[in-house]
Amino acid sequence: MELLSNLALGFATALSLANLSYAFLGALIGTLVGVLPGIGPVATLAMLLPTTYALEPTSALIMLAGIYYGAQYGGSTTAILVNLPGESSSVVTCLDGYQMARRGHAGAALGIAAIGSFLAGCFSTVLVAGFAPPLVELAFKFGPAEYFSLMVLGLIGAVVLASASLLKAIAMIILGLLLGLVGTDVNSGVARFSFDVPELSDGIGFVAVAMGVFGFAEIIANLEKREQREVFTDKVHGLLPNPQQLREAAPAVARGTLLGSILGILPGGGALLASFASYTLEKKITRNPRPPFGQGNIRGIAGPESANNAGAQTSFIPMLTLGIPPNAVMALMIGAMTIHNIQPGPQVMTSNPALFWGLIASMWVGNLMLVVLNLPLTGLSIQLLRVPYRLLYPAILVFCCIGVFSLNNTSFDVFATAAFGVVGYLFYKLKCEPAPLLLGFILAPMMEEHLRRAMLLSRGDPTTFFTRPLSLGLLLGALALVVMVTLPAIKSKRAEAFEEAD
Amino acid sequence: MARGRCAIPAPGRLRESKQIDVAARAVSGETMRIHNQKDFWSGVLFVAAGVAFAVFAQEYQMGNAQRMGPAFFPTVLGGLLAILGVIVGVKGLAGITAEGRVEKFHFDALGWVLGGVVLFGLLLRPAGLIGALVVLIVVSALGSHEFRWKETAILAAGLMLLVLAVFIRGLKLTIPILPALMQH
Repeated sequence: MELLSNLALGFATALSLANLSYAFLGALIGTLVGVLPGIGPVATLAMLLPTTYALEPTSALIMLAGIYYGAQYGGSTTAILVNLPGESSSVVTCLDGYQMARRGHAGAALGIAAIGSFLAGCFSTVLVAGFAPPLVELAFKFGPAEYFSLMVLGLIGAVVLASASLLKAIAMIILGLLLGLVGTDVNSGVARFSFDVPELSDGIGFVAVAMGVFGFAEIIANLEKREQREVFTDKVHGLLPNPQQLREAAPAVARGTLLGSILGILPGGGALLASFASYTLEKKITRNPRPPFGQGNIRGIAGPESANNAGAQTSFIPMLTLGIPPNAVMALMIGAMTIHNIQPGPQVMTSNPALFWGLIASMWVGNLMLVVLNLPLTGLSIQLLRVPYRLLYPAILVFCCIGVFSLNNTSFDVFATAAFGVVGYLFYKLKCEPAPLLLGFILAPMMEEHLRRAMLLSRGDPTTFFTRPLSLGLLLGALALVVMVTLPAIKSKRAEAFEEAD
Repeated sequence: MARGRCAIPAPGRLRESKQIDVAARAVSGETMRIHNQKDFWSGVLFVAAGVAFAVFAQEYQMGNAQRMGPAFFPTVLGGLLAILGVIVGVKGLAGITAEGRVEKFHFDALGWVLGGVVLFGLLLRPAGLIGALVVLIVVSALGSHEFRWKETAILAAGLMLLVLAVFIRGLKLTIPILPALMQH
């Protein structure tokens, strides 16, 4: 049983006192920052990334994973109590969660979100552990041409499933790729697009892009929305759903977990698609729901929250095995790995088994902690939600600025982050989604490298991408995805789905 | 709110609200036939960025398909981006998509928040962490329409203690705390 011995190694790593406390710290901070309205997991991760620099790579990744789960759970808390989705995947949680809170069941809604997430997490952790090794095997058979095609498929897939406007999203990918090329070209040693700025010859800082576009831009956007918040702070008592509610929620959790796990593996899947698909499924499957969906039905939280977490976790599979991020969160994880000098890709499992399996095991540990922390943290979260935004955002900025500065101990990174804040605000105004940009940015150097190698091997013949069967298959997959969404029938369905998401 | 991608395959299938919206705009003629300003300006942005990258890339060696120089990939990508930008922009112009005026930019919030950040970067070395933080907190807090001096002062003091405890004591970052003049 190789799987068991691998998992044993993982748990030995994840359960060491140091790593356990980092997972705890990550989950704790992640929850508290994720609770802040308008700040989703991506912004949270970008903001807290610098706090993990000083750690060992394994501990750093475990803490980041903890931050991610925490941020997601914190986001659901805000969705339920304030009706403000921190990110698109908790839009669905708002629908029934907030209504439950209004009916006085805020505690049960929070409780089932945590329990569902935990159960989904248990299942998908095993899934990740089982699926990863065979995929790594497959990945070792890939040559540069296959890798290039795989990245094309990954990038296209990510936007086809997760973006409202396909053309704009693809344009954002390419813009991200171009930004990712800034800096010294490894083959020729030429500093591209650096305009004799020495700091730029190392490339644009990945933290600067992520924090500027996701963090700063969101703060500015939040400042211009002057919305009234109604926080259900007094009505949270008893986080355990009653037996009747549990009976109703259990099958929804199971369905959500399965659906989310499958969707998470797909490029672009992850949390958003999973939660929407699960909500739709619950709505279709339940006869005579009482109360109706949208008015506080517990299935409407249990299903999507489980799916959401399962999808979030299985989306680690392509990231860990192939080094390809299926969504913006995984792009950040890859960025974090490179900061710690770990080249993402299939070799991670063999060269850093403790990190690989430790991270997988820590997913489960992180989930468990969230359930345990659930009760005391909810009280703290409510306190946080009472703090007015005008006091919160300067504090957020302080932590961002110090974090960015400490990256290289230079003010240049602070300025770069501010510049990307402007860019991010512009994107927000033009409704250009920034997530594809981040994916392109992360993948750019690898993509160019694989393209170069493939073309070198084929002696400059571009048909190599179509004559190698694996590569052809991957490219056809990408094409099929594009064709699929341009079909009128699917197009209108998609448009509807994204309209609801807005 | 509907996104730009809700194209109009057949007018009959449009939702009622949108039809009214489009009709209202056609009557007033206010948008100068740019039906989707967001997409139009996005297109302009993409074209500008694509062209800029492609043009600046020409300073480097192009190489050939077998041995690609540093200019090859950026030139191809820049060209692609420009083409996509044209399509997005033209669609916005021609009203194939029917939504989306660009909302007003709030330059005050942007200026206060990012101004505070830039000042922090400028002041950190000469004024030390304490001075830079005070400026960052006060300037950025001015970006809120509910700014209050007293509250901000308390916030700054509290954050200062937290930062000193977490970053300097805890994470042991080597950031100058006091102004450069007061150190030797």
